[in-house]
Amino acid sequence: MHFHPVAHQTPMLVENAMTSETLVSVERLSRRHGQIQAVDAVSFTLERGQILGFLGINGAGKSTTLRMLAGVLAPDTGRIVINGADLLDQPRRAKQSIGYLPEQPPLYRELTVDEQLCYSARLHGRDRAASRQAVVRVKERCSLAEVGQRLTGALSKGYRQRVGIAQALLHDPPVLILDEPTVGLDPVQTQEIRALIRELGQDRGVMLSTHLLPDVQAICTHVQILQAGRLVYTGALADLRQHRQSTGLRIGLNAPPPVSELARLPAVTRVEDLGGGQFRLHHAVGAAPHAALLEQARTGGWELWELTPERASLEQIFVELTLGRETVG
Amino acid sequence: MIRVIAARELRGLFLSPLAWMLLAVTQALLAWLFIILVHDFQNAQGRLTGLENAPGVTDLVVAPLFQVTAWALLWLAPLVTMRLFSEEQRTGTLDLLRSAPVSASQIVLGKYLGALLFLLSAVALVTLMPLALLAGATLDSVRLLAGVLGLSLLAASCAAAGLYLSSLTTQPLLAATATFGLLLAFWMVDAAGAGQEASSPIFTYLSLPYHHDALLRGLVRSEDVAYYLLFSGAFLGLTIRRLDNLRLRG
Repeated sequence: MHFHPVAHQTPMLVENAMTSETLVSVERLSRRHGQIQAVDAVSFTLERGQILGFLGINGAGKSTTLRMLAGVLAPDTGRIVINGADLLDQPRRAKQSIGYLPEQPPLYRELTVDEQLCYSARLHGRDRAASRQAVVRVKERCSLAEVGQRLTGALSKGYRQRVGIAQALLHDPPVLILDEPTVGLDPVQTQEIRALIRELGQDRGVMLSTHLLPDVQAICTHVQILQAGRLVYTGALADLRQHRQSTGLRIGLNAPPPVSELARLPAVTRVEDLGGGQFRLHHAVGAAPHAALLEQARTGGWELWELTPERASLEQIFVELTLGRETVG
Repeated sequence: MIRVIAARELRGLFLSPLAWMLLAVTQALLAWLFIILVHDFQNAQGRLTGLENAPGVTDLVVAPLFQVTAWALLWLAPLVTMRLFSEEQRTGTLDLLRSAPVSASQIVLGKYLGALLFLLSAVALVTLMPLALLAGATLDSVRLLAGVLGLSLLAASCAAAGLYLSSLTTQPLLAATATFGLLLAFWMVDAAGAGQEASSPIFTYLSLPYHHDALLRGLVRSEDVAYYLLFSGAFLGLTIRRLDNLRLRG
């Protein structure tokens, strides 16, 4: 398999770096939580027009990374530059360029949606008139016009999430940091939020974390997979899709030979015994062992009854990258 | 920016029934006390007229009223300040402030100002009562002003202490209890040595009422004003440090 484990390398997002504008650059970011190394020397960049998805199981360090990028948490070591301003040296300039949605949308229950949004705009340095305009603009964009007078504490989870996103958009920041933006939403709301994020990503840089793979497939242009605080994969979603060309063969044999014999087939990298005479043959991309298999099955009398090419789903890739590192080349 | 944060804080307070309840209860109890004081003063007036240097309405009504108002501040302040940071930490709204382009000192000062304005409005409401006496009596206006200054400075100190303790926990009630305990301790710190000759002047200087009493007598000494400002400043500084620490600790 042709993944690029890049925990300690410069990110691979260089193809279009020459032409586009780097909004976020992160160098060797680390953070400990007590004994646990929550984030370990993570480096990457984000360009305008990219939607970067952070994938990882719970506790992989996604939220910690995003919190550091938003300036909510201080890193132990490392450097974060946002839109040309160092987050540690010039926090206020850097934070002007960030819109952040934490895991829990930070809403004051006793305020109405309008009041909440207006307050947030003013916190970002907008005067009263500009705030009011900004509120009208984002409410329209996030379909919140009809709930302006409702208390945020009385809203459903989907609406609260939308108010949270609207809040992140108020000061029109070039960088959006969204921590699990679709969690807890119903399928319709999920679709709406995804469409909104895709639209927002066209002229901004968006980073979002999720453990939902469909989110990544539906929204992101680039993916980073975090595991135990380390970046184990980084690249364009299109590249990841390429790896999803057939990389496995599922076969069924009535009279199977020893597994070692299957493993000796050309191009086969690993054999999985699925039981009941079924096997999964992992093989390199582009090299298919079909012909040799058919030939051997005929001469060896294995009685082949199933031959299905399998595409590694994003989910499989994810699981392999985060749990079964042994298959990662 | 401080103003924006303070305005939201004040608004949040007045949107909760707690704030109105606190104002109503304080005002009702103090009004009751005020009526008793005025009544007593009227009864005593006959006997007072013969005396030389007789105590006036300021001594017999305003001073005791402000004395009890000071006690009221001791329990009012913890209840007003308990939610300032603890609630924001619990519900995660602190992230909004921390990811916004505002500094820790702006956040702290904004919240402080919000709580202080509320306490000052309580003080103002209480002050209205003696002012009503102007209709039929003459007040020692300097003493009255000194008393109001004393209450305001006391409110500033209580709010600062409450703000700091609220940043230490995510549970408002815990913050309120701790603040009440701390203020009470500062109130009673000189009680230990009160009866003895050997009482350390440090304890006397540290005690909140020692400085308040002087102001209540109409004595505005820079020593007392400095004490309250140092008290408030120290807790505000601690709160700013605490907020920076939270960012480091996560």
